Amino acid sequence: MMQSVSGLAAAAVHGIDFELSNLCLGYGGKLALRGVSGQFAAGSMTAIVGPNGGGKSTLLKGLLGQLAPMQGSLRCRYPRAALGYLAQACEVERDFPISVEDFVSMGLWAQTGALGAVSDAQRAQISMALATVGLQGWQPRWIAELSGGQFQRMRFARLWVQNPPVILLDEPFTGVDEPSIDVLLQLLQQWHTRGRTVLAVLHDREMVEAFFPQALALAGTQLAWGASADVLPSLAARAGARRRA
Amino acid sequence: MIAELLWQPFVDYGFMRRALAGCLALSAGAAPLGTILLLRRMSLVGDAMSHAILPGAALGYLLFGLSLPAMTIGGLAAGLIVAMLSGVVTRYTALREDASFAGFYLISLALGVLLISLRGSNVDLLHVLFGSVLALDDPTLYLTATIASLSMLGLALVYRPLLMECLDPGFLRLQGPMGSISHALFMLLLVLNLVGGFHSLGTLMAVALVVLPAASARFWLRGVGLQMALSTAIAMAGSLLGLLLSYHAGIAASAAITLSLGCLYLLSLCLGRLGSVRAQRQRPANDSVSEPMGVSE
Repeated sequence: MMQSVSGLAAAAVHGIDFELSNLCLGYGGKLALRGVSGQFAAGSMTAIVGPNGGGKSTLLKGLLGQLAPMQGSLRCRYPRAALGYLAQACEVERDFPISVEDFVSMGLWAQTGALGAVSDAQRAQISMALATVGLQGWQPRWIAELSGGQFQRMRFARLWVQNPPVILLDEPFTGVDEPSIDVLLQLLQQWHTRGRTVLAVLHDREMVEAFFPQALALAGTQLAWGASADVLPSLAARAGARRRA
Repeated sequence: MIAELLWQPFVDYGFMRRALAGCLALSAGAAPLGTILLLRRMSLVGDAMSHAILPGAALGYLLFGLSLPAMTIGGLAAGLIVAMLSGVVTRYTALREDASFAGFYLISLALGVLLISLRGSNVDLLHVLFGSVLALDDPTLYLTATIASLSMLGLALVYRPLLMECLDPGFLRLQGPMGSISHALFMLLLVLNLVGGFHSLGTLMAVALVVLPAASARFWLRGVGLQMALSTAIAMAGSLLGLLLSYHAGIAASAAITLSLGCLYLLSLCLGRLGSVRAQRQRPANDSVSEPMGVSE
């Protein structure tokens, strides 16, 4: 339950973004995840790992306020609309006739609302976001022209423009090519060093070890929560067969 | 000579001018909605909604005779009830949106025909099913124009959230209720337009102005705004063509309009720039981007 030293330090400075106490979540009266207790400190960077069906996405939905706790409690420091969330890519309509610039400008919703125009300054922001993910000059292209990896980069650019204090990612690298993953991991690191709170559901154990100081292992219940170096072995011991290269 | 064929009916006859005005207004209101309907893969829902209006309109007719306000309010109420019930069924049961709509509209349609047959003659039934575009009176025209104006204004207001809701529903849901609100308003506009359309084209064919021009425009232009503008133009052209056809060949007006729209659709399907039969033959077959997604979703 205890956070690592760096996590504690961040918490002392910035406070707690999410506080979970015996949190139980589920669908239609059926529990999918039970007994999660702990804190996500502000500025922490946590990988959520565990077998398929272990409740990882369910936890994200709970944190986002899309699922109400069936038992226990969950406190979030920010209003839910302030959280940044990247759903699994399959939820997006890829054929939709919209330009890359318009897609990324969705991240400005909090400022533009339904009717506000996108200002020149905001356009510059979009252009910067696209450059950050290696898509400079792609503004006028249709999103249907993007490859899987480029599409994911564009979605990260939208998050960049949205600039939320907390970023939740659901399997952001599934089906994404290696060069794109490198670019996007760098972006995650950048967010982390700037004090954003990052939570990502991930499968790749090596990536978690290399980039995520904290980890939370779930398998229907909370297996372990703490420094990645401590959490990953316990997950491996419990469900060794699940390990993926 | 040609010019005479095109103008003369409208110069000579007031009812033709009224019919044209009504159709142009309907086109401006209904056609842009079709673009959204196609993007949401809900074109059959448009069809279902147009049938769902019938029992309400029939009830209005049963109680008050051929009264514009009664049939309009009745139709509106019936359409909204079916839209809401289908929404509830989709949300709380395992049934998908199209299936739940199909269930309710079949019940609605049967109920409507039953109600009309309780009192009316076949002529009345024909009026409701196929409209009377060649006999539009002032109140009906005003109603149609009002609906078209409201519809364009409403669509402009929710344009951005509506597109976001189509594209990435999860994203907008996190940012507040605007997605659901825009969807609800869109359904309201759709029902309004179908109610406006049924006085002139009838319940069965009012949806033609929504679906066919939008499906045609999709084969020519990519951007959503452009598709809306083009579908409005196509709807207007089809209405004009249909009215002339009806006048010169002496055939039923709403069928002539729908068939004209159908011809424009078939032309676009064959010759369009994007994903049409012609475009597909010129391109390698692995182009999944522009597969036709017309009315068959």
